[in-house]
Amino acid sequence: MTYRILTRMGDGERVTMSAAEIKEDISEGIRDAAQSAEIPELTAGESEQLFNIMAEPSRTVSVSAGEEVVVTDDGCSMSFYAGQDSSGIGVPLSRMQAILTYERACAADTTSIGHSDYSFKPVKPIINFEMNEYYTTSMMTTAPLFYGAQPNMGLYFQPDGPYPNPADLLPQGKIKEACETQEAAAEQLRNDIVFVGKKLNSIGCEGLNLDTCGSAGDADLLAALQAVADLKKATPDMPVIMGGSGEFVLGMHGDVAFDGKRLAGMYPQDQAKVAESAGASIYGVAINTNTNKSAAWNIARAVALVKAAVAAVDIPIHVNVGMGVGGVPMMEAPPIDTVTRASKSLVQIGKADGL
Amino acid sequence: MHIAHIVASGMGGIRTSGDLVAWMQMTHKMKIFEAKHYVADKLGVDIIDLTNEEVMRQLREQLEIGVITSIAGSPKGLRAKLKIAELLEIKINSVNLFKSQIT
Repeated sequence: MTYRILTRMGDGERVTMSAAEIKEDISEGIRDAAQSAEIPELTAGESEQLFNIMAEPSRTVSVSAGEEVVVTDDGCSMSFYAGQDSSGIGVPLSRMQAILTYERACAADTTSIGHSDYSFKPVKPIINFEMNEYYTTSMMTTAPLFYGAQPNMGLYFQPDGPYPNPADLLPQGKIKEACETQEAAAEQLRNDIVFVGKKLNSIGCEGLNLDTCGSAGDADLLAALQAVADLKKATPDMPVIMGGSGEFVLGMHGDVAFDGKRLAGMYPQDQAKVAESAGASIYGVAINTNTNKSAAWNIARAVALVKAAVAAVDIPIHVNVGMGVGGVPMMEAPPIDTVTRASKSLVQIGKADGL
Repeated sequence: MHIAHIVASGMGGIRTSGDLVAWMQMTHKMKIFEAKHYVADKLGVDIIDLTNEEVMRQLREQLEIGVITSIAGSPKGLRAKLKIAELLEIKINSVNLFKSQIT
């Protein structure tokens, strides 16, 4: 009888695979990453190391002593008081109580605070409320406290915002109009991020986290990059970190560039370069999980893409490892067997500077 | 899920030295090894002891940079961060604001 290894699919389904099947999926995942992003494949030794992590019979795994990395908070403490739609557990805690619990009970390396909608646009009209909450909380926390929000340019389009929606214009063949409306929305978004950033800096913000940059496509990412560059000039002592929204920048506009580089179609190693160029302190790469492929395939692919991004820049790379990214299964309650295997692989083989 | 990552790969926050290494990544854009090396030098410990509770718990109390357990009257929060900024020779925005208000 062939020895079977207990593992998962990208949607979290528990399956068993033979050692040969796991090795084949690791090879295919690496090959897919290399072909898609035009990056080097992992070495044979690294593939073997990855197989050993996947085949380890223990329920959870961890990095070796001395190889630990910083785990950056991106709204994690919100999970204490938020609802199911944010994978929250609904405990009636205030934001400050949740943050202090995360810092002290969970031993988090960094903490963060954010508006429950977690986008810059809704923060602008209540910025004084947010400044007060941040200021009060920052007097209590010892670990770095980020203020986090997403650029989320989609909120600027009709019916949620003032600008004509490119998703309506593009199917009508109105390409020029679709580009113009994205450019206008991106400029407004850039101004809003800078407005919020400057206000938070004035009350001693220890770090601003631009999460899920590029979720509405390349113009969304452009606005975020420009805002980071603006803030680095205006508020040089406030670290600004950026996180991607996916492994591939969608070309909803198709012809916007930052620092002379076209943003549409960028993979993580190039996303990290423009983030570094804008002045970001840390860049968080996001690698999509394919729910139809095994954990071995997804983690191998993520590790190859992360390794290339880490090597491409001098700033730290922290990998997004929430549900559906970084090899973590796409489900509401990701199984810790696969979460920890992704975690260990990204750090030990991908050489991530953090998660 | 984030707790699984903290246990599998994290540095341990204020339980050990995770906050200190994070400060260096944020303020000086240091890669992980460089950041750990810098913090270990400032603390006078080996890199492997940065995540060693048996070393870091006592050291944090001695340096007055905040400990994981709650000791009434001992530095925590902004008071601890003031010490951390001095120890690591870094600028922390919240600390600078506080200092500007007491001088």
